[in-house]
Amino acid sequence: MSMDTRDSLRAVGRVVIDIQNITKDYVMGQETVRALRGVSLQIHRNEYIAIMGPSGSGKSTLMNMLGCLDTPTSGHYEFNGKNVAEMNDDELAAIRNREIGFVFQTFNLLPRSTSLRNVELPLIYAGIDPETRGERATQVLADVGLSDRIHHKPNELSGGQRQRVAVARALVNKPSIILADEPTGNLDSKTGEEIMALFEDLYQRGNTIILVTHERDIAAHARRTVRLRDGLIESDETGFVPALESMAAS
Amino acid sequence: MKRFLYELSESGKIAVAQMRLNMTRSTLTALGVIIGIVAVTLMGTAIGGIQVGFDKSMSIFGDDVLYVGQWPWKNVDDWWNYRDRKKIKTEYADALNRMIAMTSNSNLTIAIPTSSVVRSVKYADNEVNNVLIRGTVSDYIITSTFDFKEGRFFNELESRGGANVCVVGYDVADALFPSASPIDKSVLINGQPFKIVGVISRQGSFLGLFSLDAIVVMPLPAFQKYFTAKSEAEVLVKVKDKTKLADAKDELAGLMRRVRGLPPEKRDDFSINEQQALKSTLDPIKNSIAIAGLFITGLSLFVGAIGIMNITFVSVKERTKEIGTRKALGARRRTILLQFLIESTALCLLGGFIGLSFSFLMCFLIGAAFPSFPIQFSSGLVLISMLVSVLTGLVSGFAPAWSASRLDPVTALRYE
Repeated sequence: MSMDTRDSLRAVGRVVIDIQNITKDYVMGQETVRALRGVSLQIHRNEYIAIMGPSGSGKSTLMNMLGCLDTPTSGHYEFNGKNVAEMNDDELAAIRNREIGFVFQTFNLLPRSTSLRNVELPLIYAGIDPETRGERATQVLADVGLSDRIHHKPNELSGGQRQRVAVARALVNKPSIILADEPTGNLDSKTGEEIMALFEDLYQRGNTIILVTHERDIAAHARRTVRLRDGLIESDETGFVPALESMAAS
Repeated sequence: MKRFLYELSESGKIAVAQMRLNMTRSTLTALGVIIGIVAVTLMGTAIGGIQVGFDKSMSIFGDDVLYVGQWPWKNVDDWWNYRDRKKIKTEYADALNRMIAMTSNSNLTIAIPTSSVVRSVKYADNEVNNVLIRGTVSDYIITSTFDFKEGRFFNELESRGGANVCVVGYDVADALFPSASPIDKSVLINGQPFKIVGVISRQGSFLGLFSLDAIVVMPLPAFQKYFTAKSEAEVLVKVKDKTKLADAKDELAGLMRRVRGLPPEKRDDFSINEQQALKSTLDPIKNSIAIAGLFITGLSLFVGAIGIMNITFVSVKERTKEIGTRKALGARRRTILLQFLIESTALCLLGGFIGLSFSFLMCFLIGAAFPSFPIQFSSGLVLISMLVSVLTGLVSGFAPAWSASRLDPVTALRYE
């Protein structure tokens, strides 16, 4: 199957995320900061999308909304057809546990737990029995190429390996989306490229990836780029063009 | 339910890991709980020990015997009302026995006169001080529960005739005749020789405080001949059926009023005592130990709980980012709550365990140093201290665990 047909199939894929006219206000002392001023966005299954924008653009706030870490002040948010805006804390936790795989800039691994135990954590919160947990965590660690680092603790791993553990942890519950916040921000460019190759691989295997970044080269790996400015969507482009440009430049 | 168990075991593992990581901090924090548990277990041990020692000591007073005396066997606030009562006389026993014989269906069997003083007892160069010298009749043996190590009690003939014979307690025999048998030897009391006919087997001590074996029993006529000064008489009355002790007590009170010739409007000028009454004298002692113990326990547990609360708050603060990560990975509020509750509880259980080991060791040492002092370390105490530890952990951990569970995931994730 050629890349083009795959992409066209994706375009008609099921809608995973559907946000309509979302706003988010923060009260900071006397002032009210309007972080999002009405954002609408649809993300389909097996899309690879980058969300870009300078700091203060509302990028982080949007990511928190998408990751169900926060609820909007107004607007409509449907995740797999379910209204997230009206969910309580426990329901949001369940969505985060099963539907969203987080990858953080600072990895956020539990420092005193082995790779295996780190990857098992979302399975514990999902109520999976210990045996299945071990099998699945081992399998996912093998998928990201860390079969020989299962019993290592984070401080015994390189930055790239730590981020791979974090990716494995994000994948282990077979989530609907992978939400990566500056996943290469704490890595050197070579290791960063390795992680981006891993994301490309995950995308090719059918995962939906949302990448939040301010780096053009990183965003260039995505198939679609959404730019935010002052709490509004500035542009929403599909295509490889920036990636080709940056590759040519480097 | 299954998820709860997995989360529980996960929290347990985290708690153990945290304690091992911060061993010094954990132990210091648990100090308050340690002291609290030591206080509560030592208190329990003391109360239990006193009770056991008391029950053991009580068994020599028959539970089917009433004791007629001038004073009640309890602490009285109005002692002046008792001080001026007429002395009890040994002759009352004869009067009582005559009346008992004339009463059909009497609840009483027999009245035994006794009279006692404290003197020293000598044999050759050995001397024992503070021995209870008691004069009575041969039927005394009916009201008592003791056995004989050697020899016998004095017989009726010796009793009536007032022969200079006596039966000695274990301590007296042991002190005066460390190697030889005391039977047929004569001891000197008040300068008078008394021939030993029997040795009472060991009775032990009352609460380990004073010996019940420092006693000499002799026939009443002989006693009255030499020891009238400062002697105190008491009449022992054996009850037919100990399940009807209250009836027997009423009957005896009636008989005593006749003996004393009291008009109906006058109150009893004597006291009828029973073994049970002695037990109630123990309650104030046990209560004061319990109050002191509970006060120390409560205070140290309170201080301990605050320490644990504080350290759990620190732990929550230190691990804010971890809490955020866990929430992002799907930990619900109750999962986080549970995790920190288990951490504080584990800390308290550690304290409880150390405290328990410490008091166990102390009881062992006290037991080794003073073998006669009754020590009672019960499994109930272990259970109570563990329960107290868990409760302290839950109470002290709740506020920090609650605050952790309410953390906003976005804020927590951004916390550095």
